[in-house]
Amino acid sequence: MESLRNRVAIAGVGETEYSRASGRSETRLSLEAILHALDDAGLTPQDVDGLMRWSVDTSSEAEIASNLGIRDLAWFGEINQAGNVGAALVAHASAAIATGLAQCIVIYRGVNGRSGRRYGRGEVTGRRGQGAAAFTEPFGLLTPQHQLAMVARRRMHEFGTTSRQFGWVAVSEREHANRNPRATFYETPLTIDDHQNGRFIVDPFRLNDCCLETDGGGAFVLVSAERARGLKKPPALVRAAAQAGPGDRGFVDTAAVSLAPRLWAQAEVRPEDIDVAQIYDHFAPYVIFALEDYGFVERGEGGPFVEAGGIRWDGGMLPVNTSGGHLSEAYLQGMNQLIESVRQVRGESTSQVANVELSFCDTGIGTGAVILERDA
Amino acid sequence: MSARPGFPLPVPSEDSAPFWEFLQQGELRLQRCADCSTLAHPPRLMCPACGSFERDWSPVSGRGTVYSYVVTRQAVHPSFEGHTPYATVVVELAEGPRLTSNLIDVAVDDIQIGMPVEVALVAVSDEVTLPLFRRA
Repeated sequence: MESLRNRVAIAGVGETEYSRASGRSETRLSLEAILHALDDAGLTPQDVDGLMRWSVDTSSEAEIASNLGIRDLAWFGEINQAGNVGAALVAHASAAIATGLAQCIVIYRGVNGRSGRRYGRGEVTGRRGQGAAAFTEPFGLLTPQHQLAMVARRRMHEFGTTSRQFGWVAVSEREHANRNPRATFYETPLTIDDHQNGRFIVDPFRLNDCCLETDGGGAFVLVSAERARGLKKPPALVRAAAQAGPGDRGFVDTAAVSLAPRLWAQAEVRPEDIDVAQIYDHFAPYVIFALEDYGFVERGEGGPFVEAGGIRWDGGMLPVNTSGGHLSEAYLQGMNQLIESVRQVRGESTSQVANVELSFCDTGIGTGAVILERDA
Repeated sequence: MSARPGFPLPVPSEDSAPFWEFLQQGELRLQRCADCSTLAHPPRLMCPACGSFERDWSPVSGRGTVYSYVVTRQAVHPSFEGHTPYATVVVELAEGPRLTSNLIDVAVDDIQIGMPVEVALVAVSDEVTLPLFRRA
């Protein structure tokens, strides 16, 4: 079977400003981001024939298409779960372009995550005790934060990972955000003591273990690699894109336990070949767990790795979340990290890693990942 | 009237209704495959082990250990204001399956992974009894 490898590229990326109160609708945020992404690629809305989105996004493809004046939408779709479907969208869109079902697909996300519905309060995900939630919500387990803290506690117990090590994730990312003028926490330092003195929200998660709540929009554009080579910016080739759904895994296993073997086989590279990584950090420890479950380090070694500076832009073996991530740049549910992953391939990051050839992006607890490659 | 303000009550579904009905009658039972005897929790339509649709409900010991826990110290929703801190635990039953629950007699700072516990059925409304746990 023919491989997807490097047949499709991300040709344009764009975002709005990140804030706590955008003052405009989520659809407007998506539209503005889409225009920025198309302009970045040197394309116009008339070039777009595909639209894809997170199912939790509130702007339908019909609204977006009618606003952009798209004449013939040949491909559209959404992927269900929660914030974690960014890589899955890239995989689906890439497959469509590689097989000729669409020529130019825009993936978008617009969210008033602070001024509108707030994920951290169970306003989006709470299901009022229905379905599977009948077995968790009556006991006070209401939000993704609760579920993920439960797994984190058990992992701390089994592998000795500490709250202080979670803190080094937050501190490392904050250093990156301090260099990024787009970041919510630009020029706002954080020390390990600040982290350790922070109050618990859902113990073992302290305040600075938890992601931001952000208003903002983001978008990127996929076309064939061949077409991307003729556009405005250097292409970020999709070397691999894969997803992992629910499966028969252990309590402490992230989905990366299932995804990693398929991802590395698809890409035909190994973790040590990766130059820079973006990892979905709705909660700081999940950076550590991803490093372990994707095979960058052994189980139990992720905490010591971040504590030793392993994910810092300044001297780290594998710089992670170089824009500041969800903890310190913005929480656009993987969108801002996919954008940063592209910028690293192009040499445009505010914390640029030297000579990036392979840029890795996990878009949520191991449920999906994209490996981008610089064009030869 | 709920005895636990802020906490949602379970809404039984077609598949899970017997679980809640047995609790109302004073028994903790888990769904079991009538063909291969595999226990499943939460309940579901098919046995994930053998594919059978034939299910029954098996009494379990109610004894187990704390497998993991979290302590909610900041109310995530306005309806929880004044009810923090509270702890949520995952209990691993002696029979294997794990249940999310609360401990009724252990202070949040005294909870430890591995702590032996046993079920305590607590009526929280006229219609709903929850399987909570106490120190064993």
